[in-house]
Amino acid sequence: MNPLGITLTLVVFYLFSELHSRRRAFYTNPVLLSIITIAVILKWFGIPYGSYMESAAILKFLLGPAVVSLAVPVYKGRETIRAYSKEIALGIAVGGTVAILSAFYIAELLGGSEEVLLSIAPKSVTTAIAIGISDKIGGIPSLTAVLVITTGLLGNAFAPELLNLFRVRDRIARGLATGVSSHGLGTARIILEDELAGAVSGLAMALNGVFTALLLPHLIEILK
Amino acid sequence: MNPYRGLAIIFGFYALGEFTSFALNLTIPGSVLGMLFLLGALLTGAVKLDWVEDEAELFIRNMSVMFVPPGVGIVSYIGLIKSQLLPISVSLLLSFLITLLVTAKTVELLRRNEP
Repeated sequence: MNPLGITLTLVVFYLFSELHSRRRAFYTNPVLLSIITIAVILKWFGIPYGSYMESAAILKFLLGPAVVSLAVPVYKGRETIRAYSKEIALGIAVGGTVAILSAFYIAELLGGSEEVLLSIAPKSVTTAIAIGISDKIGGIPSLTAVLVITTGLLGNAFAPELLNLFRVRDRIARGLATGVSSHGLGTARIILEDELAGAVSGLAMALNGVFTALLLPHLIEILK
Repeated sequence: MNPYRGLAIIFGFYALGEFTSFALNLTIPGSVLGMLFLLGALLTGAVKLDWVEDEAELFIRNMSVMFVPPGVGIVSYIGLIKSQLLPISVSLLLSFLITLLVTAKTVELLRRNEP
């Protein structure tokens, strides 16, 4: 097996995560910077994607067990889920549905092709789950991955400020809105400002992933 | 503690999820099913938290790097993105804003109506 892909990924990601630990900002996000850098390197040296993926696919495969592992934080947060069960259930049902429908219809209105609509619909759930959904419904998982990360960056950069702007003061509402709209990257930001909102955001992210995985494939059948 | 117990459980639930999704021809990704099965096992006590806790945290902590290879696949779709830049970027931005605000206001309304 050709070790190029995994080595390149680890080296580039290591360098950008060092940068990120020195300068914590949304524009130093190591995932997006690594994707762009590696894409440019492949193009520059004329390396086909297939030979990159030969060993880099190992990392992609590990997303499966990583999603299974999300059961642990959900289990550990079960008391919080119980305490705010009504808010969490309603927030995810409403927010999760709005996230899918708004993305789908706005893209359709502006002339997006079917594969783009299918790839953008799961953009509000955590990357690993979104890639799985996109794959199942006939979207382009790579495009979904980039769209999900970009959405997360929006949440990471602006969610608390937007919530302030719209005078959302309730901590549970702030956490749920962040987790449902911008998954892990949004959570990473809001947890720095408020631990309770951060915990709720993390749970909302995981539960919205499950909700979207259950709902989206059926909803798409109706929308298509 | 022997980490292979945790790894075996996590990969086992992943395999079970993939198998179930395939066998029943479900539209839910196998990994999400595996997560639900593991959650069920934790809640019923069939799996103890400390059997899987460290290994699960290892996976979750290192999840970011796993998104890079699928993301790099974007090189094959540069043309598509260029030709659809407007629907993609506007939909992404507006949908994020709408989702954030609708969720926040819905939950806030529910909280205000409670004593």
